[in-house]
Amino acid sequence: MRRRRPPWLRYLLLTLAAVVFAFPFWFMIVGAFQESPTNTPGQLLPTSGWTLGNFTAIDSRLDLVGSLLNSLIFTLGVLLGTVTFGLLAGYALARLDFRGRGATWVLMLLVQMVPFQLLMIPLYVQVTRGFGLGDTYLGMILPFAINTTAVFIFTQFFRALPAEIFEAARIDGASELRIVRAIAVPLVRPALTTVVLITFIGPWNEFLWPFLITKDATLQPLAVSLANYISNVAQSTANPNGAILAGATALAFPVVILFILFQRYFTASDLGSAVKG
Amino acid sequence: MSTSATTTPSGTARRRWWGRQPIGSLLALPYVVFVVAVFAYPLGFAVWIAFHDYFFTAPGVEVPKPFVGLDNFAAVLTDPQVLDAFRNIGVFLVINVPLTVVLSMVLATALDRGVRWAAAYRVAFYVPYLTASVSLVGVWLLLFSSRGLVNTVLGPLAPDPSWLVSSSLAMPTIALYVTWKQLGFYILLYLAALQNVPRELHESAETDGANAWQRFWAVTVPGVRTTTVLVLVLAIITGANLFTEPYLLTNGGGPDGASVTPVLLIYQRGIQQQNPDTAAAIGLLLVVVVGLLSLAANRITRER
Repeated sequence: MRRRRPPWLRYLLLTLAAVVFAFPFWFMIVGAFQESPTNTPGQLLPTSGWTLGNFTAIDSRLDLVGSLLNSLIFTLGVLLGTVTFGLLAGYALARLDFRGRGATWVLMLLVQMVPFQLLMIPLYVQVTRGFGLGDTYLGMILPFAINTTAVFIFTQFFRALPAEIFEAARIDGASELRIVRAIAVPLVRPALTTVVLITFIGPWNEFLWPFLITKDATLQPLAVSLANYISNVAQSTANPNGAILAGATALAFPVVILFILFQRYFTASDLGSAVKG
Repeated sequence: MSTSATTTPSGTARRRWWGRQPIGSLLALPYVVFVVAVFAYPLGFAVWIAFHDYFFTAPGVEVPKPFVGLDNFAAVLTDPQVLDAFRNIGVFLVINVPLTVVLSMVLATALDRGVRWAAAYRVAFYVPYLTASVSLVGVWLLLFSSRGLVNTVLGPLAPDPSWLVSSSLAMPTIALYVTWKQLGFYILLYLAALQNVPRELHESAETDGANAWQRFWAVTVPGVRTTTVLVLVLAIITGANLFTEPYLLTNGGGPDGASVTPVLLIYQRGIQQQNPDTAAAIGLLLVVVVGLLSLAANRITRER
Protein backbone atom coordinates (compact mmCIF):
# COMPACT_ATOMS: atom_id res chain seq x y z
CA MET A 1 0.00 0.00 0.00
CA ARG A 2 1.39 3.36 -1.01
CA ARG A 3 1.42 5.99 1.66
CA ARG A 4 0.07 9.35 0.55
CA ARG A 5 0.41 12.76 2.06
CA PRO A 6 -2.90 13.49 3.81
CA PRO A 7 -5.10 15.52 1.46
CA TRP A 8 -6.26 17.88 4.21
CA LEU A 9 -2.86 19.56 4.11
CA ARG A 10 -3.41 20.44 0.48
CA TYR A 11 -6.88 21.82 1.18
CA LEU A 12 -5.64 23.76 4.17
CA LEU A 13 -2.97 25.41 2.02
CA LEU A 14 -5.39 26.20 -0.80
CA THR A 15 -8.08 27.52 1.52
CA LEU A 16 -5.63 29.69 3.41
CA ALA A 17 -4.36 31.14 0.13
CA ALA A 18 -7.89 31.69 -1.15
CA VAL A 19 -8.77 33.63 2.02
CA VAL A 20 -5.67 35.81 1.65
CA PHE A 21 -6.59 36.54 -1.98
CA ALA A 22 -10.28 37.15 -1.40
CA PHE A 23 -10.15 38.98 1.92
CA PRO A 24 -9.37 42.47 0.55
CA PHE A 25 -12.40 42.13 -1.74
CA TRP A 26 -14.58 41.29 1.24
CA PHE A 27 -13.14 44.26 3.11
CA MET A 28 -13.75 46.48 0.08
CA ILE A 29 -17.38 45.59 -0.49
CA VAL A 30 -18.36 45.54 3.18
CA GLY A 31 -16.59 48.85 3.79
CA ALA A 32 -18.26 50.41 0.75
CA PHE A 33 -21.70 49.85 2.31
CA GLN A 34 -20.81 50.71 5.90
CA GLU A 35 -21.05 54.09 7.57
CA SER A 36 -17.39 53.87 8.50
CA PRO A 37 -15.10 51.03 7.35
CA THR A 38 -13.75 49.11 10.29
CA ASN A 39 -10.21 48.65 11.46
CA THR A 40 -10.96 45.94 13.98
CA PRO A 41 -11.38 42.29 13.01
CA GLY A 42 -14.44 41.92 15.25
CA GLN A 43 -16.50 44.12 12.95
CA LEU A 44 -15.79 42.36 9.67
CA LEU A 45 -19.24 40.78 9.74
CA PRO A 46 -21.36 43.83 10.51
CA THR A 47 -25.05 43.44 11.26
CA SER A 48 -25.98 47.09 11.18
CA GLY A 49 -24.86 50.44 9.87
CA TRP A 50 -25.53 49.65 6.20
CA THR A 51 -25.69 52.70 3.96
CA LEU A 52 -25.38 53.90 0.39
CA GLY A 53 -23.93 57.18 1.67
CA ASN A 54 -20.40 56.35 0.55
CA PHE A 55 -21.52 56.16 -3.06
CA THR A 56 -23.26 59.53 -2.89
CA ALA A 57 -20.20 60.93 -1.09
CA ILE A 58 -17.76 59.85 -3.82
CA ASP A 59 -20.25 60.82 -6.51
CA SER A 60 -20.36 64.38 -5.17
CA ARG A 61 -16.58 64.66 -5.57
CA LEU A 62 -15.85 62.96 -8.87
CA ASP A 63 -19.11 62.35 -10.77
CA LEU A 64 -19.21 58.57 -10.47
CA VAL A 65 -21.60 58.00 -13.36
CA GLY A 66 -19.68 60.33 -15.68
CA SER A 67 -16.39 58.62 -14.82
CA LEU A 68 -17.86 55.18 -15.38
CA LEU A 69 -19.21 56.40 -18.69
CA ASN A 70 -15.74 57.66 -19.68
CA SER A 71 -14.25 54.29 -18.73
CA LEU A 72 -16.90 52.63 -20.88
CA ILE A 73 -16.28 54.89 -23.90
CA PHE A 74 -12.52 54.31 -23.62
CA THR A 75 -13.04 50.55 -23.35
CA LEU A 76 -15.63 50.34 -26.15
CA GLY A 77 -13.36 52.33 -28.46
CA VAL A 78 -10.55 49.86 -27.88
CA LEU A 79 -12.93 46.91 -28.32
CA LEU A 80 -14.22 48.30 -31.60
CA GLY A 81 -10.73 48.81 -33.02
CA THR A 82 -9.54 45.44 -31.79
CA VAL A 83 -12.49 43.43 -33.02
CA THR A 84 -12.61 44.94 -36.53
CA PHE A 85 -8.96 45.46 -37.41
CA GLY A 86 -7.65 42.66 -35.19
CA LEU A 87 -9.99 40.16 -36.81
CA LEU A 88 -8.94 41.19 -40.32
CA ALA A 89 -5.24 41.02 -39.46
CA GLY A 90 -5.63 37.70 -37.65
CA TYR A 91 -7.51 36.17 -40.56
CA ALA A 92 -4.93 37.40 -43.08
CA LEU A 93 -2.02 36.11 -41.00
CA ALA A 94 -3.62 32.71 -40.53
CA ARG A 95 -5.20 32.00 -43.89
CA LEU A 96 -3.79 34.20 -46.65
CA ASP A 97 -0.51 34.07 -48.48
CA PHE A 98 0.71 37.60 -49.10
CA ARG A 99 3.85 39.68 -49.29
CA GLY A 100 4.88 40.90 -45.82
CA ARG A 101 3.08 38.20 -43.86
CA GLY A 102 6.28 36.99 -42.17
CA ALA A 103 7.34 40.57 -41.40
CA THR A 104 3.94 41.33 -39.84
CA TRP A 105 4.24 38.25 -37.65
CA VAL A 106 7.71 39.29 -36.45
CA LEU A 107 6.40 42.81 -35.79
CA MET A 108 3.71 41.33 -33.57
CA LEU A 109 6.22 39.43 -31.48
CA LEU A 110 8.35 42.56 -31.10
CA VAL A 111 5.37 44.62 -29.95
CA GLN A 112 4.88 42.18 -27.05
CA MET A 113 8.39 42.96 -25.86
CA VAL A 114 8.28 46.77 -25.80
CA PRO A 115 7.28 48.05 -22.37
CA PHE A 116 4.67 50.78 -22.56
CA GLN A 117 6.56 52.80 -19.96
CA LEU A 118 9.44 53.33 -22.38
CA LEU A 119 7.05 54.72 -24.97
CA MET A 120 5.34 56.97 -22.46
CA ILE A 121 7.36 60.13 -23.17
CA PRO A 122 7.49 59.94 -26.98
CA LEU A 123 3.82 58.91 -27.18
CA TYR A 124 2.87 61.78 -24.92
CA VAL A 125 4.77 64.24 -27.13
CA GLN A 126 3.34 62.69 -30.29
CA VAL A 127 -0.30 62.45 -29.17
CA THR A 128 -0.63 65.75 -27.30
CA ARG A 129 1.67 67.91 -29.42
CA GLY A 130 1.95 66.12 -32.76
CA PHE A 131 -1.68 65.07 -33.18
CA GLY A 132 -3.22 67.59 -30.77
CA LEU A 133 -5.27 64.83 -29.14
CA GLY A 134 -4.68 65.72 -25.49
CA ASP A 135 -7.95 65.65 -23.52
CA THR A 136 -9.84 63.66 -26.14
CA TYR A 137 -11.27 60.14 -26.17
CA LEU A 138 -9.41 59.44 -29.39
CA GLY A 139 -6.06 60.27 -27.79
CA MET A 140 -6.93 57.99 -24.89
CA ILE A 141 -7.88 55.11 -27.19
CA LEU A 142 -5.13 55.46 -29.80
CA PRO A 143 -2.20 53.61 -28.12
CA PHE A 144 -4.50 50.68 -27.25
CA ALA A 145 -6.63 50.74 -30.40
CA ILE A 146 -5.68 47.23 -31.59
CA ASN A 147 -4.82 44.73 -28.88
CA THR A 148 -1.94 42.57 -30.15
CA THR A 149 -2.95 39.68 -27.90
CA ALA A 150 -6.33 39.68 -29.60
CA VAL A 151 -4.67 39.51 -33.02
CA PHE A 152 -2.77 36.48 -31.72
CA ILE A 153 -5.95 34.80 -30.51
CA PHE A 154 -7.73 35.46 -33.82
CA THR A 155 -4.74 34.11 -35.75
CA GLN A 156 -4.58 30.91 -33.68
CA PHE A 157 -8.33 30.47 -34.02
CA PHE A 158 -8.36 30.77 -37.81
CA ARG A 159 -5.32 28.49 -38.06
CA ALA A 160 -7.15 25.79 -36.17
CA LEU A 161 -10.09 25.79 -38.63
CA PRO A 162 -9.89 23.19 -41.42
CA ALA A 163 -8.31 24.68 -44.56
CA GLU A 164 -10.95 22.99 -46.75
CA ILE A 165 -13.64 25.46 -45.67
CA PHE A 166 -11.76 28.31 -47.29
CA GLU A 167 -10.46 26.29 -50.26
CA ALA A 168 -13.97 25.14 -51.14
CA ALA A 169 -15.23 28.72 -51.20
CA ARG A 170 -12.31 29.73 -53.42
CA ILE A 171 -13.00 26.91 -55.86
CA ASP A 172 -16.63 28.01 -55.99
CA GLY A 173 -15.31 31.35 -57.15
CA ALA A 174 -15.93 33.45 -54.06
CA SER A 175 -13.77 36.56 -53.88
CA GLU A 176 -11.41 36.88 -50.93
CA LEU A 177 -13.46 39.71 -49.42
CA ARG A 178 -16.57 37.63 -49.71
CA ILE A 179 -14.85 34.75 -47.91
CA VAL A 180 -14.02 37.11 -45.06
CA ARG A 181 -17.59 38.38 -44.87
CA ALA A 182 -19.49 35.16 -45.43
CA ILE A 183 -17.21 32.57 -43.79
CA ALA A 184 -14.56 34.03 -41.47
CA VAL A 185 -16.72 36.54 -39.61
CA PRO A 186 -19.65 34.18 -38.87
CA LEU A 187 -17.27 31.43 -37.68
CA VAL A 188 -15.32 33.61 -35.29
CA ARG A 189 -17.86 33.80 -32.44
CA PRO A 190 -16.12 31.45 -29.96
CA ALA A 191 -12.86 33.40 -30.24
CA LEU A 192 -14.75 36.67 -30.04
CA THR A 193 -15.86 36.09 -26.43
CA THR A 194 -12.31 35.46 -25.28
CA VAL A 195 -11.03 38.46 -27.21
CA VAL A 196 -13.67 40.79 -25.80
CA LEU A 197 -13.04 39.70 -22.21
CA ILE A 198 -9.28 39.97 -22.47
CA THR A 199 -9.36 43.27 -24.30
CA PHE A 200 -11.89 44.69 -21.84
CA ILE A 201 -9.67 44.50 -18.77
CA GLY A 202 -6.81 46.44 -20.42
CA PRO A 203 -8.40 49.88 -20.93
CA TRP A 204 -10.92 49.47 -18.10
CA ASN A 205 -8.10 49.06 -15.56
CA GLU A 206 -5.56 51.34 -17.27
CA PHE A 207 -4.36 54.23 -15.16
CA LEU A 208 -1.06 55.63 -16.44
CA TRP A 209 -1.95 56.64 -20.01
CA PRO A 210 -5.36 58.31 -19.45
CA PHE A 211 -3.83 59.93 -16.36
CA LEU A 212 -1.11 61.49 -18.53
CA ILE A 213 -3.29 62.88 -21.27
CA THR A 214 -6.48 63.98 -19.49
CA LYS A 215 -6.33 67.20 -17.53
CA ASP A 216 -10.03 67.79 -18.00
CA ALA A 217 -11.84 66.04 -15.13
CA THR A 218 -15.01 65.55 -17.16
CA LEU A 219 -13.10 63.25 -19.53
CA GLN A 220 -11.32 61.12 -16.96
CA PRO A 221 -12.09 57.42 -16.67
CA LEU A 222 -12.90 56.14 -13.18
CA ALA A 223 -9.40 54.70 -12.61
CA VAL A 224 -7.97 58.21 -13.04
CA SER A 225 -10.58 60.17 -11.11
CA LEU A 226 -10.50 57.68 -8.23
CA ALA A 227 -6.70 57.88 -8.12
CA ASN A 228 -6.92 61.68 -8.04
CA TYR A 229 -9.45 61.45 -5.24
CA ILE A 230 -7.17 59.11 -3.26
CA SER A 231 -4.03 61.21 -3.73
CA ASN A 232 -5.47 64.74 -3.51
CA VAL A 233 -9.00 65.09 -2.24
CA ALA A 234 -9.05 62.39 0.44
CA GLN A 235 -6.65 64.21 2.76
CA SER A 236 -8.94 67.22 2.99
CA THR A 237 -12.05 65.14 3.63
CA ALA A 238 -13.23 64.25 7.12
CA ASN A 239 -14.02 60.58 6.54
CA PRO A 240 -12.75 59.57 3.10
CA ASN A 241 -12.35 55.84 3.72
CA GLY A 242 -15.88 54.75 2.94
CA ALA A 243 -15.90 56.90 -0.19
CA ILE A 244 -12.59 55.39 -1.37
CA LEU A 245 -13.98 51.88 -0.95
CA ALA A 246 -17.21 52.82 -2.74
CA GLY A 247 -15.18 54.12 -5.70
CA ALA A 248 -12.95 51.05 -5.62
CA THR A 249 -16.02 48.81 -5.67
CA ALA A 250 -17.53 50.64 -8.63
CA LEU A 251 -14.27 50.26 -10.56
CA ALA A 252 -13.54 46.64 -9.60
CA PHE A 253 -16.87 44.88 -9.75
CA PRO A 254 -17.79 45.22 -13.44
CA VAL A 255 -14.64 43.24 -14.27
CA VAL A 256 -15.05 40.77 -11.41
CA ILE A 257 -18.64 40.02 -12.41
CA LEU A 258 -17.84 39.73 -16.13
CA PHE A 259 -15.01 37.39 -15.29
CA ILE A 260 -17.00 35.13 -12.97
CA LEU A 261 -19.80 34.89 -15.54
CA PHE A 262 -17.48 34.02 -18.41
CA GLN A 263 -14.58 32.40 -16.60
CA ARG A 264 -14.52 29.30 -18.80
CA TYR A 265 -13.41 31.51 -21.69
CA PHE A 266 -10.23 32.48 -19.89
CA THR A 267 -7.34 30.09 -20.29
CA ALA A 268 -3.78 30.31 -19.15
CA SER A 269 -2.33 30.84 -22.61
CA ASP A 270 -4.76 33.66 -23.38
CA LEU A 271 -3.96 35.43 -20.15
CA GLY A 272 -0.29 34.70 -20.74
CA SER A 273 -0.17 36.81 -23.80
CA ALA A 274 -2.49 39.39 -22.25
CA VAL A 275 0.22 40.58 -19.89
CA LYS A 276 1.22 43.26 -22.26
CA GLY A 277 -2.46 43.89 -23.19
CA MET B 1 -6.97 37.14 -59.29
CA SER B 2 -7.91 36.11 -62.85
CA THR B 3 -7.14 32.56 -63.88
CA SER B 4 -5.07 33.60 -66.90
CA ALA B 5 -2.66 35.56 -64.71
CA THR B 6 -1.73 32.43 -62.81
CA THR B 7 -0.79 30.50 -65.95
CA THR B 8 1.43 32.97 -67.82
CA PRO B 9 5.09 33.23 -66.77
CA SER B 10 4.74 36.88 -65.75
CA GLY B 11 1.67 35.91 -63.70
CA THR B 12 3.68 33.29 -61.85
CA ALA B 13 6.38 35.84 -61.11
CA ARG B 14 3.82 38.33 -59.92
CA ARG B 15 2.20 35.71 -57.75
CA ARG B 16 5.54 34.79 -56.27
CA TRP B 17 6.20 38.43 -55.40
CA TRP B 18 2.78 39.40 -54.03
CA GLY B 19 1.74 35.97 -52.75
CA ARG B 20 -1.34 33.97 -53.73
CA GLN B 21 -3.80 36.28 -51.93
CA PRO B 22 -2.29 39.76 -52.18
CA ILE B 23 -5.43 41.18 -50.56
CA GLY B 24 -4.00 39.90 -47.27
CA SER B 25 -1.68 42.91 -47.22
CA LEU B 26 -4.72 45.16 -47.33
CA LEU B 27 -6.44 43.31 -44.47
CA ALA B 28 -3.32 43.44 -42.29
CA LEU B 29 -2.55 47.04 -43.22
CA PRO B 30 -4.51 48.81 -40.44
CA TYR B 31 -2.73 46.74 -37.81
CA VAL B 32 0.69 47.34 -39.38
CA VAL B 33 0.05 51.09 -39.57
CA PHE B 34 -1.06 51.03 -35.93
CA VAL B 35 2.08 49.21 -34.80
CA VAL B 36 4.35 51.54 -36.73
CA ALA B 37 2.60 54.68 -35.44
CA VAL B 38 2.21 53.62 -31.81
CA PHE B 39 5.23 51.34 -31.22
CA ALA B 40 7.97 51.56 -33.86
CA TYR B 41 7.97 55.31 -34.39
CA PRO B 42 7.80 56.26 -30.67
CA LEU B 43 10.54 53.72 -29.95
CA GLY B 44 12.84 55.39 -32.45
CA PHE B 45 11.72 58.79 -31.19
CA ALA B 46 12.58 57.77 -27.60
CA VAL B 47 16.13 56.93 -28.66
CA TRP B 48 16.41 60.18 -30.63
CA ILE B 49 15.18 62.28 -27.68
CA ALA B 50 17.64 60.59 -25.33
CA PHE B 51 20.60 61.69 -27.48
CA HIS B 52 19.43 65.28 -28.00
CA ASP B 53 18.88 68.35 -25.90
CA TYR B 54 15.11 68.05 -26.22
CA PHE B 55 12.61 70.37 -24.62
CA PHE B 56 8.98 71.36 -25.08
CA THR B 57 8.27 74.51 -27.04
CA ALA B 58 5.12 76.40 -27.83
CA PRO B 59 3.33 74.79 -30.78
CA GLY B 60 4.74 75.87 -34.12
CA VAL B 61 7.93 77.31 -32.70
CA GLU B 62 11.01 75.65 -34.18
CA VAL B 63 14.01 75.77 -31.90
CA PRO B 64 17.15 73.74 -32.61
CA LYS B 65 17.46 70.67 -30.44
CA PRO B 66 21.17 69.84 -30.74
CA PHE B 67 22.71 66.37 -30.62
CA VAL B 68 24.42 65.98 -27.25
CA GLY B 69 25.78 62.44 -27.46
CA LEU B 70 25.79 60.71 -24.11
CA ASP B 71 25.27 63.88 -22.02
CA ASN B 72 21.76 62.89 -20.92
CA PHE B 73 22.99 59.47 -19.86
CA ALA B 74 25.90 61.01 -17.95
CA ALA B 75 23.48 63.35 -16.17
CA VAL B 76 21.17 60.48 -15.30
CA LEU B 77 23.91 58.14 -14.09
CA THR B 78 25.38 60.74 -11.75
CA ASP B 79 21.99 61.71 -10.34
CA PRO B 80 21.65 60.20 -6.84
CA GLN B 81 17.86 60.14 -7.12
CA VAL B 82 18.04 58.01 -10.27
CA LEU B 83 20.51 55.63 -8.65
CA ASP B 84 18.20 55.38 -5.62
CA ALA B 85 15.29 54.55 -7.88
CA PHE B 86 17.22 51.66 -9.43
CA ARG B 87 18.31 50.51 -5.96
CA ASN B 88 14.65 50.56 -4.85
CA ILE B 89 13.76 48.35 -7.80
CA GLY B 90 16.55 46.03 -6.64
CA VAL B 91 14.97 45.80 -3.17
CA PHE B 92 11.62 45.17 -4.78
CA LEU B 93 12.90 42.37 -7.03
CA VAL B 94 14.83 40.62 -4.25
CA ILE B 95 11.57 40.27 -2.30
CA ASN B 96 9.04 39.92 -5.09
CA VAL B 97 10.73 37.50 -7.49
CA PRO B 98 11.57 34.59 -5.13
CA LEU B 99 8.21 34.90 -3.38
CA THR B 100 6.39 34.88 -6.70
CA VAL B 101 8.21 31.85 -8.10
CA VAL B 102 7.97 29.74 -4.94
CA LEU B 103 4.38 30.57 -4.00
CA SER B 104 2.97 30.26 -7.52
CA MET B 105 4.74 26.94 -8.12
CA VAL B 106 3.60 25.50 -4.77
CA LEU B 107 -0.01 26.68 -5.12
CA ALA B 108 -0.23 25.47 -8.71
CA THR B 109 1.07 22.04 -7.64
CA ALA B 110 -1.47 21.95 -4.81
CA LEU B 111 -4.24 22.89 -7.26
CA ASP B 112 -3.18 20.41 -9.95
CA ARG B 113 -5.32 17.35 -10.72
CA GLY B 114 -8.24 16.06 -8.79
CA VAL B 115 -8.81 18.88 -6.35
CA ARG B 116 -12.39 19.54 -5.40
CA TRP B 117 -13.70 23.09 -5.92
CA ALA B 118 -10.71 23.73 -8.22
CA ALA B 119 -12.67 26.33 -10.21
CA ALA B 120 -13.58 28.27 -7.06
CA TYR B 121 -9.98 28.29 -5.88
CA ARG B 122 -8.81 29.45 -9.30
CA VAL B 123 -11.28 32.33 -9.30
CA ALA B 124 -10.16 33.42 -5.83
CA PHE B 125 -6.52 33.28 -6.93
CA TYR B 126 -6.75 35.34 -10.05
CA VAL B 127 -9.43 37.87 -9.34
CA PRO B 128 -6.80 40.28 -7.90
CA TYR B 129 -4.84 39.99 -11.15
CA LEU B 130 -7.88 41.05 -13.19
CA THR B 131 -8.88 43.96 -10.96
CA ALA B 132 -7.73 47.53 -11.48
CA SER B 133 -4.68 48.33 -9.40
CA VAL B 134 -6.22 51.68 -8.44
CA SER B 135 -9.09 49.85 -6.70
CA LEU B 136 -6.88 47.42 -4.84
CA VAL B 137 -4.37 50.08 -3.86
CA GLY B 138 -7.29 51.93 -2.24
CA VAL B 139 -8.03 48.85 -0.13
CA TRP B 140 -4.40 48.22 0.83
CA LEU B 141 -4.00 51.87 1.78
CA LEU B 142 -6.68 51.44 4.42
CA LEU B 143 -5.54 47.98 5.53
CA PHE B 144 -1.92 49.07 6.01
CA SER B 145 -2.45 52.60 7.31
CA SER B 146 -1.12 53.49 10.76
CA ARG B 147 -4.43 52.72 12.42
CA GLY B 148 -5.57 50.21 9.84
CA LEU B 149 -6.78 46.67 10.28
CA VAL B 150 -3.34 45.06 9.91
CA ASN B 151 -1.86 47.12 12.73
CA THR B 152 -4.90 46.58 14.95
CA VAL B 153 -4.45 42.84 14.56
CA LEU B 154 -0.70 43.05 15.18
CA GLY B 155 -1.27 45.18 18.27
CA PRO B 156 2.05 45.84 20.00
CA LEU B 157 3.90 44.13 17.11
CA ALA B 158 2.77 46.82 14.65
CA PRO B 159 5.78 48.54 13.08
CA ASP B 160 6.45 52.15 14.01
CA PRO B 161 6.57 54.15 11.77
CA SER B 162 3.86 52.20 10.01
CA TRP B 163 4.26 50.18 6.79
CA LEU B 164 3.76 52.80 4.12
CA VAL B 165 5.42 55.70 5.92
CA SER B 166 8.54 53.84 7.01
CA SER B 167 11.52 54.24 4.70
CA SER B 168 12.66 50.67 5.36
CA LEU B 169 9.22 49.06 4.96
CA ALA B 170 7.65 51.09 2.13
CA MET B 171 9.32 49.19 -0.72
CA PRO B 172 8.86 45.74 0.90
CA THR B 173 5.16 46.51 1.41
CA ILE B 174 4.83 47.43 -2.26
CA ALA B 175 6.66 44.21 -3.17
CA LEU B 176 4.21 42.25 -1.04
CA TYR B 177 1.26 44.00 -2.67
CA VAL B 178 2.49 43.29 -6.20
CA THR B 179 3.24 39.65 -5.33
CA TRP B 180 -0.31 39.29 -4.03
CA LYS B 181 -1.86 41.03 -7.04
CA GLN B 182 0.04 39.16 -9.76
CA LEU B 183 0.34 35.70 -8.19
CA GLY B 184 -2.87 34.27 -9.65
CA PHE B 185 -1.62 34.90 -13.16
CA TYR B 186 1.62 33.02 -12.51
CA ILE B 187 -0.33 30.18 -10.87
CA LEU B 188 -2.27 29.88 -14.13
CA LEU B 189 0.96 29.72 -16.14
CA TYR B 190 2.28 26.95 -13.88
CA LEU B 191 -1.04 25.08 -13.97
CA ALA B 192 -0.82 25.00 -17.76
CA ALA B 193 2.80 23.82 -17.58
CA LEU B 194 1.95 21.06 -15.10
CA GLN B 195 -0.46 19.54 -17.64
CA ASN B 196 2.59 18.76 -19.75
CA VAL B 197 4.57 16.96 -17.03
CA PRO B 198 4.09 13.25 -17.83
CA ARG B 199 2.04 11.44 -15.18
CA GLU B 200 4.32 8.38 -15.58
CA LEU B 201 7.30 10.31 -14.22
CA HIS B 202 5.44 10.91 -10.97
CA GLU B 203 4.32 7.30 -10.82
CA SER B 204 7.73 5.80 -11.44
CA ALA B 205 9.28 8.15 -8.86
CA GLU B 206 6.62 7.02 -6.43
CA THR B 207 7.38 3.38 -7.17
CA ASP B 208 11.04 4.14 -6.46
CA GLY B 209 9.97 5.29 -3.00
CA ALA B 210 10.23 9.05 -3.44
CA ASN B 211 8.03 11.03 -1.06
CA ALA B 212 5.91 13.98 -2.14
CA TRP B 213 8.65 16.50 -1.37
CA GLN B 214 11.29 14.52 -3.31
CA ARG B 215 8.92 14.14 -6.23
CA PHE B 216 8.27 17.87 -6.23
CA TRP B 217 12.00 18.56 -6.50
CA ALA B 218 12.91 15.77 -8.89
CA VAL B 219 9.90 15.78 -11.22
CA THR B 220 7.81 18.93 -10.93
CA VAL B 221 10.51 21.60 -10.65
CA PRO B 222 12.57 20.41 -13.66
CA GLY B 223 9.36 19.66 -15.57
CA VAL B 224 8.19 23.27 -15.50
CA ARG B 225 11.62 24.85 -16.05
CA THR B 226 10.70 26.78 -19.21
CA THR B 227 7.71 28.28 -17.40
CA THR B 228 9.96 29.28 -14.52
CA VAL B 229 12.13 31.24 -16.97
CA LEU B 230 9.00 32.96 -18.31
CA VAL B 231 7.73 33.72 -14.81
CA LEU B 232 11.10 35.16 -13.81
CA VAL B 233 11.29 37.39 -16.87
CA LEU B 234 7.69 38.59 -16.54
CA ALA B 235 8.12 39.28 -12.82
CA ILE B 236 11.27 41.29 -13.53
CA ILE B 237 9.54 43.31 -16.26
CA THR B 238 6.51 43.99 -14.05
CA GLY B 239 8.72 45.00 -11.14
CA ALA B 240 10.89 47.29 -13.21
CA ASN B 241 7.83 49.12 -14.54
CA LEU B 242 6.17 50.01 -11.23
CA PHE B 243 4.28 53.26 -11.34
CA THR B 244 0.74 53.13 -9.96
CA GLU B 245 1.76 51.50 -6.66
CA PRO B 246 4.45 53.96 -5.53
CA TYR B 247 2.40 56.85 -6.95
CA LEU B 248 -0.67 56.02 -4.86
CA LEU B 249 0.35 53.67 -2.02
CA THR B 250 3.30 55.73 -0.82
CA ASN B 251 2.09 59.08 -2.08
CA GLY B 252 4.56 59.54 -4.94
CA GLY B 253 7.53 57.43 -3.90
CA GLY B 254 7.74 58.48 -0.27
CA PRO B 255 8.76 58.56 2.48
CA ASP B 256 11.72 60.67 1.44
CA GLY B 257 12.13 58.93 -1.91
CA ALA B 258 12.40 55.47 -0.32
CA SER B 259 9.98 54.01 -2.85
CA VAL B 260 10.73 56.12 -5.93
CA THR B 261 10.91 53.97 -9.05
CA PRO B 262 12.43 54.70 -12.47
CA VAL B 263 9.03 55.01 -14.16
CA LEU B 264 7.86 57.43 -11.47
CA LEU B 265 10.98 59.48 -12.19
CA ILE B 266 10.28 59.33 -15.94
CA TYR B 267 6.87 60.84 -15.21
CA GLN B 268 8.21 63.49 -12.81
CA ARG B 269 11.18 64.49 -14.97
CA GLY B 270 9.60 64.15 -18.38
CA ILE B 271 6.13 65.50 -17.86
CA GLN B 272 5.97 67.39 -14.57
CA GLN B 273 9.38 69.07 -14.86
CA GLN B 274 9.39 69.12 -18.70
CA ASN B 275 12.73 67.40 -19.25
CA PRO B 276 11.82 64.71 -21.76
CA ASP B 277 15.45 64.14 -22.73
CA THR B 278 16.65 62.90 -19.33
CA ALA B 279 13.36 61.04 -18.90
CA ALA B 280 13.97 59.20 -22.18
CA ALA B 281 17.51 58.39 -21.06
CA ILE B 282 16.13 56.85 -17.83
CA GLY B 283 13.72 54.81 -19.95
CA LEU B 284 16.48 53.42 -22.16
CA LEU B 285 18.64 52.67 -19.14
CA LEU B 286 15.71 50.80 -17.60
CA VAL B 287 15.25 48.70 -20.73
CA VAL B 288 18.95 47.79 -20.72
CA VAL B 289 18.83 46.81 -17.02
CA VAL B 290 15.68 44.72 -17.54
CA GLY B 291 17.27 43.04 -20.57
CA LEU B 292 20.40 42.14 -18.61
CA LEU B 293 18.40 40.84 -15.62
CA SER B 294 16.22 38.73 -17.91
CA LEU B 295 19.27 37.25 -19.60
CA ALA B 296 20.77 36.46 -16.20
CA ALA B 297 17.52 34.83 -15.06
CA ASN B 298 17.49 32.75 -18.21
CA ARG B 299 21.11 31.66 -17.75
CA ILE B 300 20.73 30.74 -14.05
CA THR B 301 17.59 28.71 -14.61
CA ARG B 302 19.07 26.86 -17.54
CA GLU B 303 22.27 25.75 -15.83
CA ARG B 304 20.56 23.90 -13.03
